[in-house]
Amino acid sequence: MTGTNHENESCYHCGLPVPEGIDYHVKISGLERPMCCKGCESVARAIVDGGMENYYLHRTDKVGTVRELVPEALRQMEVYDRPEVQKSFVRHESGQVSEASLILEGIVCAACVWLNEQHLKSLPGVVDVQVNYSTHRALVRWDEQRTRLSKILKAITEIGYLAHPYDPSTHQRLLEKQRKDYLKRLGLAAALGMQVMMFAVAMYLGDWWGMEKEHRIFFQWISLGLTLPVFLYSGQPFYQAAWRDLRHGRAGMDVPITLGIGIAFAGSLVSIAQGSGHVYFDSVVMFIFFLLTARYLELAARKRASEHTEALIQSQAASAVRELGEDATEVVAAMELEPGDIVQVRPGETIPSDGVIIEGVSSVDESLLSGESRPLSKKSGDELVGGSINIDNFLRVRVTAAGQDSVLSTILQLVERAQAEKPGIARLADRVAGYFVAGILILATVTASWWWLNDPQQWLPVTISLLVVTCPCALSLATPAAITAATGNMIKHGLLASRGYALERLARATVLVFDKTGTLTHGTLKIGRIYCRDDVDEAFCLQIAAGLESRSEHPLARAFIDLEVAGGGLPEDFMNVPGGGLTGLINGTRYYLGNAAWVAEQSGQAMTGLEKRCELPGTRIFLADDKQALALFVLHDTIRPGAAELVQSLRNQGIEVKLYSGDDESAVGPVAHELGIETWQAGMLPADKLSSVRALQHEGHTVAMVGDGINDAPVLAGADVSIAIGEGARYAAAAADMVLLAKDLDVLEVGVNTVRKMMRIIRQNLFWALTYNIAAIPLAATGFIHPWMAALGMSASSLLVVANAMRLTR
Amino acid sequence: MEVIYFLVPMAVLIVVGIAAGLFWAVKSGQFDDLEGPAHQILMDDEVYPEEEPQKGDKEK
Repeated sequence: MTGTNHENESCYHCGLPVPEGIDYHVKISGLERPMCCKGCESVARAIVDGGMENYYLHRTDKVGTVRELVPEALRQMEVYDRPEVQKSFVRHESGQVSEASLILEGIVCAACVWLNEQHLKSLPGVVDVQVNYSTHRALVRWDEQRTRLSKILKAITEIGYLAHPYDPSTHQRLLEKQRKDYLKRLGLAAALGMQVMMFAVAMYLGDWWGMEKEHRIFFQWISLGLTLPVFLYSGQPFYQAAWRDLRHGRAGMDVPITLGIGIAFAGSLVSIAQGSGHVYFDSVVMFIFFLLTARYLELAARKRASEHTEALIQSQAASAVRELGEDATEVVAAMELEPGDIVQVRPGETIPSDGVIIEGVSSVDESLLSGESRPLSKKSGDELVGGSINIDNFLRVRVTAAGQDSVLSTILQLVERAQAEKPGIARLADRVAGYFVAGILILATVTASWWWLNDPQQWLPVTISLLVVTCPCALSLATPAAITAATGNMIKHGLLASRGYALERLARATVLVFDKTGTLTHGTLKIGRIYCRDDVDEAFCLQIAAGLESRSEHPLARAFIDLEVAGGGLPEDFMNVPGGGLTGLINGTRYYLGNAAWVAEQSGQAMTGLEKRCELPGTRIFLADDKQALALFVLHDTIRPGAAELVQSLRNQGIEVKLYSGDDESAVGPVAHELGIETWQAGMLPADKLSSVRALQHEGHTVAMVGDGINDAPVLAGADVSIAIGEGARYAAAAADMVLLAKDLDVLEVGVNTVRKMMRIIRQNLFWALTYNIAAIPLAATGFIHPWMAALGMSASSLLVVANAMRLTR
Repeated sequence: MEVIYFLVPMAVLIVVGIAAGLFWAVKSGQFDDLEGPAHQILMDDEVYPEEEPQKGDKEK
C-alpha cells in the first residue's frame, strides 16, 4: 500500500472514508492500514503499542468517529481526582485501593469490552477492571498510591472511548427513557395491530364466503401499509438484540423471534407481489404486540422490584442547612458536609447525613432503611441515619459520616454490586436457552425443507409457527424475573442481598450459625435485678447511679441513663477511673459506682454481703458511699425481639441452628437455653469458629452465618453465605453476602421463606417453560399450529412466567 | 361496496391520529406517574402545597 490512491479507502479504525490528501498509517497485523485522521491514528497506535492488535481481529463493528479530545477536556478530568468530587462515586477500600463505577461511551461490541479491560489492566496501579457490556458500565479498582482516577479516564480516551463517573440519577433517566420507548412501540403496535386484525378477519371470512379479488388485494395493501411501521419501529428491540447475539456468536431468544417475524413479513410481501397466496401480517403484528407486552411487563416488574432501592436513592437529601457559628447558617449540598459539621433539620425534612442529635427531641421515620414502620423517638445524644425523615420537631445534628461513608451510601453500593452479579442458576438458564435456540434453528431448517418438498403451500406458515412457538422467552425470563422480585421483596422487609449468589445459597442452607451472642441479643446491657441494703430505697440507689453514669461515656452507662430517673442531680468533683468505676459528690455525699474490687477499695466497705445474695449471671455493678455498701445492680443482655420465633421456625423448616460465641459460658448458656438452641459453644476464637464451620461444610452442610461482621470477618467469609446484622452494616459491607437492616430478627425467617419460595418459583418457571417449548415443537412442525396461535401461545407462556415470579413481591 | 375505498382510508387516518396522540402523550409525560394524580385529586391543596412536584415535568 503506497498511500497514493485514497478514493476507495476507508479508515481501518473507524470505518469512515479517508479524505483526499490525508496520509496517516498504522501497521496492524503486518500491514500498513490507512487512517482517516490524527485521532484514529493515535488511538490505533495506542492499541497496537499496547499489544492489543487482537481487537481488530475480534471486533464485529467499527467504532465510528473517534472523539479527539481537546487538552481542555483532558484537564477537566483532573477534577475527578479531587476528594470532594470523588465523594459520590468512589468507594475507598482497605489500604490504598479505591473503587469507582464508570459509564463508557462508544461500546459497540464485545471486542470493545475486551479492549477496554485489557488496556486498563495493563496500566500500573489498576487492580481490577470489569466492564458490563449490557449496561456499558465499568467497575474499576485502583491503587491510590500508584495511579489516579484521571489517569485511568485519560487512558480510556487514548483508545477512543469516553468515560464518565457513574451517577445513579443518570441511570434512572436511562431506565425512564427505556420505559417511554417501550410504551411508544407498544402503543403503536396496539393501535395499528387492531386495524390489521380487522382486515385479517375480513380476509379469513372472505376465504369462507368468497370475496372479490380487487377487495382482497386492496385489503392486503392496506394491511401492508399498517404493518410496516409496526414491523420497522415496534419490532426494533428484538432485531437489535438478535443482531447483538449473533455478533457474539451466541443464539439468544431474540434470534428465532426475529427470524419468525422476518420470514412472515417477507413471505407476505412475496404473496402480494405474486398476487396469490396468503398474507401473515396479522401474525406479525400480534406477535410483536404480545412480545412487547411481555417485555414491558418484565421491565415494569423490574422497576417495581427496584422501587425500594430507587426510593433509597431519592431519599438522599440534596442539600442541608449548615451552621456557621452564632446565628448564621448557609445552605450547602449534602455531598459537601463533613463530619463535625452542625446541621439544622426542620420537621418534615430528610436528614442529610448520618449524625448525632445535639439539640431537640423528635420522632424519626427510618422505614426506608430498616423496614421499621413505626416512627422512632430520638433525643439528644441519639444517632440518626441519613435519609430518614424528621417528623415532629426542629433538630440540631452533628454530622458523623457523610457522603460515601454514610450508611445509606453503603447500602446503595451493596445493592448495585448484587445487581451486577448473575447467580449460577441464571447463567445455567442462559446457557440452556442458547443451546435450545441453536437446536430450534436447525430443526426449523429441516422442517422447512421437508414441507417445501412435500407440500410447498404449507412450508411458510409451518416454519413461522415453529420459530415463533418455540421461542425460549419464558425460559430466559424464568429466573431473572423471580430473582428481581425476591430481591425487591426482601429489601422491603429490611434484608439486603449484596451478592448475586447469596439468595441461591441461602435457599440451600442446611445449617444456620449465629456467631455471637450479640446477634441474638441486643448487645446492650439492661438492669436485670437490683439488690439493695434493706434500709435503702431502690429508687434512691438508681437515682444516684444514673446521676453518676450520666457523665460517663462507657457503654454500660446506657443501661442507667435509658431509665430516665430524674432527681439524681449532676455529680460534682466527678472522676472516671478506667477499669474501676465512677465516683463523684451528689448532694454532698461521695458515691462510688463500679466493680466489686474497686468500690470496696475506694469506700473501705466490704461488698461480700451483697454479693452473696445474688445468684444470677450477668455483669455486676456495685454502689457504695464512704459508710456502707448500698446496692448491687445485675446487668444482663436482652434477647432480640423475634429471636425465639426465628429459631423455632428455622428448625421447623429443617434448618439446624447453632450458636458459636466468643463470650463466656455464663453469658451464652442462658441465651441458648432460652431460645432452645441445643448446639452451642462458648469461648470460641474466630479461628475456632472458622474450623467448626469448615467441619460442617465437610460433612456436606451448606452453612449460613449470622454475625455483626466487625471482628468475625474471616468466619463470615468462610461460610457459604454470610449475613451481617444491621448496625454492623458499615463495617461488614465488604465481607458479608447479605445485610440485615431491620431490627427484628424474624426478618431472617421472611428471608429464608422468600428465597425458598424463589427457588420453587424458578423451578416451576423452568419446568413450565421447558415443557411448553418441548410440547409445542412436534405440534408446530407437523403443521397443527397456525402462526397466530403460535404468537398467542408463546406470549401467554412468557406472561405466565413473569406473573408467577410476581407472586414473590406479595 | 365502493364505499370501502373511502371508509378504509378514513379508518387508517383515525388510527394514525390515535398513534400520533399516543406519541404526544408519552412524550409530554402523561404516563410518567400513573399513581400520583389519582391520589393528588384527593389531597387538599392547602395542606399539601408541595405534593406531586413531578406534575407537568416535561422531557428535555
